[in-house]
Amino acid sequence: MTMEYKTSSIVTNRPPTKRKMFGDLMARIFENKYIGWVALAIALLAPFVSASSYSLNVMTTALIFVVLGAGLNIVVGYCGLLDLGYIAFLAVGAYTAGILSKMFELPVLFTLPAVLVMTILAGLIIGAPTLRLRSDYLAIVTLGFGEITRITAQNLTITGGPQGIYNIPSFLIIGDFDFQEPVIFYYLTVLIVAGLVLAAARLGKSRLGRAWKFVKEDEDAAEAMGIHTYKVKLLAYIFGAVWGGFGGMLFASHLTAISPPSFLFLQSALVLMAVVLGGMGNMKGVVVGALIISLLPEFLRDFAEYRYLLFGVLLIVVMVFRPQGLWPPRGSESERKQAKLDADALQNGIPR
Amino acid sequence: MSAVLEVKNLQIAFGGVKAVDGLTFTANAREIIAVIGPNGAGKTSAFNCITGFYTPTGGEVTLNGVDITGKRPADIAHAGVSRTFQNLRLFHDMTVLDNVRAGMHLYGGQNFVDAIFHTPRFKRSEAMYTEEAHHWLDFVGFTGERGVPIKNLSYGQQKQVEIARALARKAELLLLDEPAAGLNHNEKKSLLELCRRIRDLGTAIVLIEHDMGLVMEVSERIVVMNFGKEIAEGTPAEVKANPAVIEAYLGKDDDEEVPADGNA
Repeated sequence: MTMEYKTSSIVTNRPPTKRKMFGDLMARIFENKYIGWVALAIALLAPFVSASSYSLNVMTTALIFVVLGAGLNIVVGYCGLLDLGYIAFLAVGAYTAGILSKMFELPVLFTLPAVLVMTILAGLIIGAPTLRLRSDYLAIVTLGFGEITRITAQNLTITGGPQGIYNIPSFLIIGDFDFQEPVIFYYLTVLIVAGLVLAAARLGKSRLGRAWKFVKEDEDAAEAMGIHTYKVKLLAYIFGAVWGGFGGMLFASHLTAISPPSFLFLQSALVLMAVVLGGMGNMKGVVVGALIISLLPEFLRDFAEYRYLLFGVLLIVVMVFRPQGLWPPRGSESERKQAKLDADALQNGIPR
Repeated sequence: MSAVLEVKNLQIAFGGVKAVDGLTFTANAREIIAVIGPNGAGKTSAFNCITGFYTPTGGEVTLNGVDITGKRPADIAHAGVSRTFQNLRLFHDMTVLDNVRAGMHLYGGQNFVDAIFHTPRFKRSEAMYTEEAHHWLDFVGFTGERGVPIKNLSYGQQKQVEIARALARKAELLLLDEPAAGLNHNEKKSLLELCRRIRDLGTAIVLIEHDMGLVMEVSERIVVMNFGKEIAEGTPAEVKANPAVIEAYLGKDDDEEVPADGNA
């Protein structure tokens, strides 16, 4: 075992450049493990800066959009499945929550089990036949399914047809305490969204998350390692669907009214944009991307009818100068040093 | 000695081309078998049939007496077959450690609930994965950085990682597709020694290789293929002296022996 290689990195004695130092500083800030807590603190303190019903509304909507970004990041960012109809799962979640809570006069929270069941079913129904396809075809089929879901909602009586569903009951009422109060609902959303983002990020760093990434990078090699690529892809799709369902439940509860135009293809495209802009595969980046996509048009309101033009130009500028996204996943991991294994550890053989 | 792998009359045809036509051989535990033959002889096709990437059109592949013919690659990996690829198939954007962890997918040890809540079970299994990854990287003699994306490494190092990944599967049968291709002299020497250490773990190794020096030195038995057919099988000495093999490599009416030291 006397293999000797020159290490691939070139070692120089030049002092670090300004650009490098800036990069290190940014890395130290952004890869800090407390960054999640900082983000949570900002979200919790935001209402103290502005608590008008308008700003609470905008912030709550943005957070729901973050859940969608997190969910689609599992599908596209982790597993590499291009899904252009992701908004269908928001629709399934929102309609399930809306219909059941109205029909049985239940608080929306109590529809959660049904929302989970329905979104998992929707994930299976859409995923099972389509996930045998390779990327381009998958994109087209999911786009079709997204539109089918919206048009179905528009034509069924149970979904209220084109008018949709309105007067959806409160999220939860305990005695006199109504969770539907804008500030309360905002804080509730912050907690749910934080939990979902954390869970999605943790999934990405587990055995399953690695399997998703293996499938994304090389399906055949993953298969040779004993990974059932179809099952793993279906799981990614179902997790994405469940996150979409949570988003839908919050969405229905937040607006208290839902109708088919909320689930246009444009919405799917915007969620995908959030994932790509933020940095595919990095949950932190996707949160930033989702916040930008949902908040920037609000900040650009001063430009009146030009705001979407400006929004588009800004996105193009970002994608030209940073095609990997604003905050792509970090490629390296800390290498835990360990004592050299002694000779007889090597002789131990393969335990079976 | 028990046969780990038994290949009987394996056949695969692509349209009218019989890429593999009646390949039969066995591999035992603690044995190194080499499959050699000129380019296009059907060696890699045979590997792909054994590992399930192609569905054989005829014949039988059994692993420890269990029929694995025509099963999915993942199921065959599950049954105990591990492989490397002719042109490295690593996960380029992922770290060296993650690449080796890919070989450990079948260890299990955690589910998604563990992952979301970071249960002690999850932490234990992640620590185990890391430990094992380091172990196999040490085993193959990998000395480079382990936390960096694999695309940053040299070709020789990437080859080592691919073998480490295949070893981490802890399979009873290891298929190596041209492990020495592109390696320099020293690296080949280490590879030879590595093959022997893998064999001593109790693994059956089947390797495809063009480097005759390496093949003659490392393998216990050699299977020679040409145009999809098996033309010879035997010990290195037997194969070297076989007229059919000499003809396949050097053409007819040529008395020269297959060179034993250079790259044939």
